[in-house]
Amino acid sequence: MSTSSPPSRRSSLPLRARLATTVGGAAGRASRLAGRGDGSVIGGIIGLRLQPDLLSLLARGRQIVLVTGTNGKTTTTRLITAALEPLGQQVASNAFGANMDAGMVSALAKAPDATLAVLEVDEKYIPATLTATKPRVVVLLNLSRDQMDRAAEIWMLARRWREALAAAPDCRVIANADDPLVAWAAGQARQVTWVAAGQRWHDDSWCCPNCGSHLRRDGEDWYCGECPNRRPPIRWALVGDNVIDPVGRSHPLDLALPGRANRSNAVVALAVAEVFGISATQALGPVGQVRSVAGRYTQVERHGTELRLLLAKNPAGWLEALDVLVPPPVPVLLAVNAQTPDGKDTSWLWDVDYRRLRGRPVFVAGERKLDLAVRLEADEVAFHMVANIDEAIEQARSKSVDVIANYTAFQQIRAALGRVG
Amino acid sequence: MDERRVRRAERGPSAVRLVWVYPDLLSTYGDRGNLLVLARRARLRGLPVEIAEVNSDQRVPADGDIYLLGGGEDLPQILAARRLAADGGLAAAAGRGAVVFAVCAGYQIVGTEFGGVEGEPVPGLGLIDIRSGRGERRGVGEITADVDPALGVDRLTGFENHQGVTRRGPAVKPLATVVTGVGNGDGTEGSYSGRVVGTYLHGPALVRNPGLADMLLGWVTGPLPAIDPRQEDLVTRLRADRLAAAQPAPA
Repeated sequence: MSTSSPPSRRSSLPLRARLATTVGGAAGRASRLAGRGDGSVIGGIIGLRLQPDLLSLLARGRQIVLVTGTNGKTTTTRLITAALEPLGQQVASNAFGANMDAGMVSALAKAPDATLAVLEVDEKYIPATLTATKPRVVVLLNLSRDQMDRAAEIWMLARRWREALAAAPDCRVIANADDPLVAWAAGQARQVTWVAAGQRWHDDSWCCPNCGSHLRRDGEDWYCGECPNRRPPIRWALVGDNVIDPVGRSHPLDLALPGRANRSNAVVALAVAEVFGISATQALGPVGQVRSVAGRYTQVERHGTELRLLLAKNPAGWLEALDVLVPPPVPVLLAVNAQTPDGKDTSWLWDVDYRRLRGRPVFVAGERKLDLAVRLEADEVAFHMVANIDEAIEQARSKSVDVIANYTAFQQIRAALGRVG
Repeated sequence: MDERRVRRAERGPSAVRLVWVYPDLLSTYGDRGNLLVLARRARLRGLPVEIAEVNSDQRVPADGDIYLLGGGEDLPQILAARRLAADGGLAAAAGRGAVVFAVCAGYQIVGTEFGGVEGEPVPGLGLIDIRSGRGERRGVGEITADVDPALGVDRLTGFENHQGVTRRGPAVKPLATVVTGVGNGDGTEGSYSGRVVGTYLHGPALVRNPGLADMLLGWVTGPLPAIDPRQEDLVTRLRADRLAAAQPAPA
């Protein structure tokens, strides 16, 4: 695909960068053929080895949207790509969640002629990626505890976002006004579109990020009692199942994706579309049709049982996933690992309230199923431990099973099912 | 002391009163686990439990039996220390012999002094004579430690994620000796003095250490009956799994 692309953009790259994207693309194809992932990372790694500023070279001349936050990055990236469809232009995107330099490089290299790019970025890489890609839009979704055995503490992260965005006056920030940490991080940016996207998880924002005092909440509103920090005035809002646009019109959100978190993500996508001159009415159609995102929310049939796969990587994500479960008596399989990408600490299990799983069949799997079992026992949730998804299906004897898994456990289940979706 | 007896009698003589201090500020790594484990282990022995979750804009009751403090980032930690000092409830409770179990940032708060955002010294509550500061590197990973034999508690297993270094005054003993991991930074882990216990095992430290949970409960109720082994099976297996995983890899 790289050698047959038209010469326009590629030929404007320095020779070494062209070589880097070609070699990287070949490695990506080899990796896919070898069945070692979707190939979106290895190609980028090799390209970056040959040309360390490849990301910045590949970003030049494109209009770039960066998407970051603790939860919803991959889904929102997909929804924004859909919302931009009315432009009728090719959009480069790391749609499978490879969200560090190599994944972004690979996405851009694969679409040399796309003048638009929607890129998911790991929270920690925002300052460097702002410098490298000079984006038109940066989306800040939310910030909560996640894999803290390796990530910086979240207030430090917010502080780095705030400094980096203050130094990027040309970029428009689309930020969730309902998340006090996000609002503070965007607070010194020159151009901000505030979205009332909601915040299901409040436990990481009781402290004013500006002055350290106790943050007060009054319904949706929040404010600091000690300093002027408060919820900024909003332009877009999610209200129940409707989105309110900047002129106050209400549009029903009719999404194929389940749950309140995805309605929030959709509103953010509409706010991004607005920057590109696309109205809510135009964007809502394609946004509503997004069904499955990198294998998440996919329905898969296995031995006569309909499985639905939900990914949840941290306490806020588990809250959202428990929200979208099919009601009892449909059985639920929970799978938890603690490999490096998951975070090696399982303490977060104790931040999730599992009591609402009482009264339905619950199966427990994954490399850390004992940690999960002890957690459920404390919440008086009855469960069965199983070795894998097939054992859960066999024991459940049900037409459908909902599956919630954290990152590598999710990937293992997808692999067992033949990498669907 | 007399007044306290009267109040306990009104509640029933055996109720164990658990006070979770400032979950809004000090609950970063699943700290609720300690509350749930203490409550479960008390109830399995037929002891009624009363739970008070006290946010930082509420008064800390002085008549609890066991006070729990969890972990937190720098800003919430400093705010919590300031509010607890102004409130006085926790210090009053500790002064009359209530049990205090403090984890991570909470462990540092109950000491004399800890390090602020830029490493500057911040006054703690002084419930235990320890001083904490910031070390050279972050201790992140599984930790195991052998508890002071005087306490009769099995080897600790937990997870630590902190950059704190803690030094003890002369009247304070280390809770344990590190087997694998970092702990206080001098080969010891945690501290105790009287009924104030602190540890760098973060978050739900009591989950994998039911012996430590029972020690705290026993300080309140006196000797505890054994728990039905069927109710201990999962946690016994989890302990074994984690203790095995923390063994240093053979060279």
